[in-house]
Amino acid sequence: MAKRIDVSGLSAYYGSVRAIEDISLTVEPRTVTAFIGPSGCGKSTVLRTLNRMHEVIPGTRVEGKVMLDDVDLYGAGIDPVAVRRTIGMVFQRPNPFPTMSIYENVAAGLRLNGVRGKSDTDGIVEQSLRGANLWNEVKDRLNKPGMGLSGGQQQRLCIARAIAVSPDVLLMDEPCSALDPISTLAIEDLIAQLKNEYTIVIVTHNMQQAARVSDRTAFFNIEGTGKPGKLIEIDDTPRIFANPSQRATEDYITGRFG
Amino acid sequence: MSSDTPPVLAEPEGQAPEPVRARSALTEKAGLGDRAFAGSARAAAVFILVIMAAIAGFLIYQAVNAISQDKVNFLTSFAWDPDGNNTNGVPTFGIAAIAWGTLVTSVVGVLLGAPVAIGVALFITQYVPRKLGSFFGYIVDLLAAVPSVVYGLWGLLVLDRHMSGVSKLIEDVLGWIPMFKTNGTYGSSMFTAGVVLAIMILPIVAAISREIYKQTPREQIEAAYALGATKWEMIRLAVLPYGRSGVTSAVILGFGRALGETIAVAMVLTTVPGLVTRILQPGGNTIAANIAVQFGEAFTTGRQALIASGLVLFLMTLIVNYVARLVIRRSTNKAGA
Amino acid sequence: MSLSHPSPIRKAKNTAAMAAMGLALVVALIPLVSILWTVILKGAKDFNAYFLTHSMRNVAEQQDSGGAYHAILGTLEQVGIAAAITIPLSLLVAIYLVEYGRGRLAQAVTFFVDVMMGLPSIVAGLFILSFWILGLGYQVSGFAASLALLILMMPVAIRSTEEMLRLVSPALREASYALGVPKWRTIVKVVLPTALPGIVTGMMLGIARIMGETAPVLLLVGAANSINGNPFSDPQGSLPLFVFNESQNSLQAAIDRGWAAALTLIIIVMLLNLFARLIAWWKAPAAAR
Repeated sequence: MAKRIDVSGLSAYYGSVRAIEDISLTVEPRTVTAFIGPSGCGKSTVLRTLNRMHEVIPGTRVEGKVMLDDVDLYGAGIDPVAVRRTIGMVFQRPNPFPTMSIYENVAAGLRLNGVRGKSDTDGIVEQSLRGANLWNEVKDRLNKPGMGLSGGQQQRLCIARAIAVSPDVLLMDEPCSALDPISTLAIEDLIAQLKNEYTIVIVTHNMQQAARVSDRTAFFNIEGTGKPGKLIEIDDTPRIFANPSQRATEDYITGRFG
Repeated sequence: MSSDTPPVLAEPEGQAPEPVRARSALTEKAGLGDRAFAGSARAAAVFILVIMAAIAGFLIYQAVNAISQDKVNFLTSFAWDPDGNNTNGVPTFGIAAIAWGTLVTSVVGVLLGAPVAIGVALFITQYVPRKLGSFFGYIVDLLAAVPSVVYGLWGLLVLDRHMSGVSKLIEDVLGWIPMFKTNGTYGSSMFTAGVVLAIMILPIVAAISREIYKQTPREQIEAAYALGATKWEMIRLAVLPYGRSGVTSAVILGFGRALGETIAVAMVLTTVPGLVTRILQPGGNTIAANIAVQFGEAFTTGRQALIASGLVLFLMTLIVNYVARLVIRRSTNKAGA
Repeated sequence: MSLSHPSPIRKAKNTAAMAAMGLALVVALIPLVSILWTVILKGAKDFNAYFLTHSMRNVAEQQDSGGAYHAILGTLEQVGIAAAITIPLSLLVAIYLVEYGRGRLAQAVTFFVDVMMGLPSIVAGLFILSFWILGLGYQVSGFAASLALLILMMPVAIRSTEEMLRLVSPALREASYALGVPKWRTIVKVVLPTALPGIVTGMMLGIARIMGETAPVLLLVGAANSINGNPFSDPQGSLPLFVFNESQNSLQAAIDRGWAAALTLIIIVMLLNLFARLIAWWKAPAAAR
C-alpha cells in the first residue's frame, strides 16, 4: 500500500561529521520523487535514512522525524528491521544473492523472514517477476543462478525481490548508474508502471532521467567540502527544470556547476 | 513473529490499513534471535581469551617453579640436567647452548632457503605465463603440506648421506674459519638440520613473496620498460623495490617458523650436551628438539624445566613475528603518507 | 644510437638472472620429488591391507610384521575431536570479529589470534601439558593431544574464515537488510552460504596441517602400541608419532614400518589438501563472475 512520507528537521551523522542538515520534505503516495544534486550532497544519505539503512554503518546517527503516514520511523519502540520490510530498496549495483537461483532470489525476502508455504510463494514470485517486467525472459530458467543474468536483468531481478515483500514504499539509489542505455530504458519504463502501486523515491545523477521519470524533484547541495548537505528546494518536476525558484538549482540544471 | 501480526505483505490490497496495525507491524520485536546470536558469537570470543589466559598462567607457573629450583643461571648455563642425574639430584640447567643451536640452525635455514624462495617467487610471477605460474606455485605449495615428521625421516635416512660430501667440500674451502672445521666426521650436524629447515620454510616464504610480487603496479613495470630496461633491469627497478618490505617480513616469518620446528630437527641432529660451535660435524641441539628428545626421560623438575625452555622459545618466536609485522606496518605507513 | 639490442653485458646479465631464477625453481622441486619418490618407493614395501588393519600389539621390534591401524585410528580420532571443537568455535569467533566486533574485545581477540598464529607446535603441546596434565592432573590420552591440536588449528581456522567473510560484499548484506531481514538471519542465510566454499577450504587445510603434527602429540598421547578406541582414557597411538618412533630404531624392520606409515600419512594429508583445493577451484569461477 502506497504511503506518504513526511520528513521534518532531519540531520544524519557519520561519527561526528554531519552529512545532511535539517531536511524537511514530503513524498506523496503513488508518485515518483527524484533526488538530484552534485556528488557528496547527501542525497543518498537522505534516501538511506528513509528506511533506516543509514544506521547499518557503525557510528552513524540520525536526528529528526520521518513519518510514514502517521508513524514516526525513528520513534520509540520502532524496530528498524520491520521498517525495512515496509520500505524496500534497490541499490546502485545489481546485487542478487550469488548462492541463490532466480526463484530463490525473488523469494528471498519471504524465505529469510521465515514465511513458509510453497504455493503462494510460487504465486508471489511470478507476480513479482511480472511486476518487474522480467517474467517472460526468465520463466523457463527460474532455477538457474541469478548471477547468470545480464546487468539490466539482474537489476530488474533486484526490483522483483524488493516488491515481493509488498513494501509500501520503494527507494532506488541510482538504480541505472551501472547499466547500459537499453537496460536503463527498461528500468525507467518499469518505474512508470510501478508508481501506480508504490510510492517511489529515486536518487539519480542523470538529470534527463529525473525529468523523464519523476513527478516531483528535490535538489540537494553543499556549500563546500566538509559542510553538510542541504535541501535547496523540492517542487513539481516540470517546474524545477523550467523555472526553479532558487538560483543554485538553475545553475546546476543548466550545467553551470556540478 | 506471532500469528496475530501477519507480515505486512499479507495486508489486503486497496484497503487503507488502520494506524494501530501499522504501528504494531513496525514495532514487533524480531530482536531476540539477533541478541542470542550476537551473544553466542561474543561468548565464543571471550571463551578463547579465557582459555589463552588460563594456559599462559599454568605455563608461567610451571616455568617459574623450575627456574626457582635451578642451581645455575638459567639464561647463561650450558648444562641441561634438571633432574640432577649427574649431580646427586641438584637441578642444573640453562638454555644458553640450546638457544645457540636454535639460532644457528635457523640462520643456516634462512640463508639457504630465502634466496631460493625469492628466486622461485620471481620466476613464477615474472618469467612464466600466469597459468603455468600458478601451477608451479601449487607444486611448491605442496612442500608445505608434507608433515614435518616425513621431512625428518627423509632428512635422516636420505639427505644426510648426501650432506657428508657437501660438508667435506665446505670444510676444504672454508676450513680456516673455526665454525667450518670438523673432527673428520660429517652429517647429523646443525648444517644438515639447517638444510632441512631451509626446505621447510621455502614454501611459506615463496608463497608470501609470490603474492606480493604479483601486485607490483603495472605503471611501475611499464615505466621501467619505457626507460629501455631489460627484463632483469625492470625487476630491479620496479618489482624488487615494491616488494622489499613485504618479502623481508616473509623471510622473518620463515625464520620464526624455523626457530620452532621440532621433530624434523630432533630426528636429523645427533644431540650432544654442551655448546657446539662446529656446524659441519655431528652434534648440536635446539630448544624445540631438546624438548622432544628429553621429555621421555624427564621427571617432575625435568618436565618443568622443559616447559621453562619452551616459554623462552615462545618469547623468541613472539619477538620475531612482532618484528615481521613491524616491517610491514612501517612500510604501509610510508606508502600511506 | 642503435635500435637493435641492448649492450652485450646487459643482455648477458638479463639471461643470467633468468637462468638463476629458473634454477631456484628446479632446486626447490628437487626435495619435493625426492621426498615423494623415496616415501612411495620405500613405503610401498610394507604398505598393504595387513599393515592398515593390524596394530603393533605383541610385535617385537625386529619382527617383520605389525601395522599402523592403532596409530591411524588414534590420529583420526584426535584430529576429529580437535576439528569438531574448532570448526564451530572458530566460525563463531570469526563471525564475531567480522560482523559484531568493535573495540577492546575484538582487538584483544585479534591480537591473540596473531600470537597463536606463530606459536611453535611443541609449545602448544607444552601448554596442554602444563594446563591439562600437570595443572589439572589428568593422564595422557588422545583427548589431551586433541586439545593441543585444536590450539594449532584454531588460529588458522579463525583467520581464513575471517578473510572469507570479509570477502562477502557489503552490498549483499545491505540487500538483505533492505528486505527487512534481521542481522543474524542475514549472516546465517546470506553471508555464510556465500563464503562457504572458502571456509570449507580453509578448514580442510587446517585439518591437513594438524594431521601431520608430531611434536605436541609426542608429549600428550602416551604412544600406545595396541588399539585403543577410547580417546578419553589411556594412551593412544598416533600416526606421525608412529613414524617418529620407528625411525628412532636402527633395525630394518622398524625403518620399513616407518616408511610405510609415512606413506600412509602423506596419502591422507595430500588427499585432504587436494580436496580442499578442488573445492576452492571448483567454486571460484562462480564467485568471480
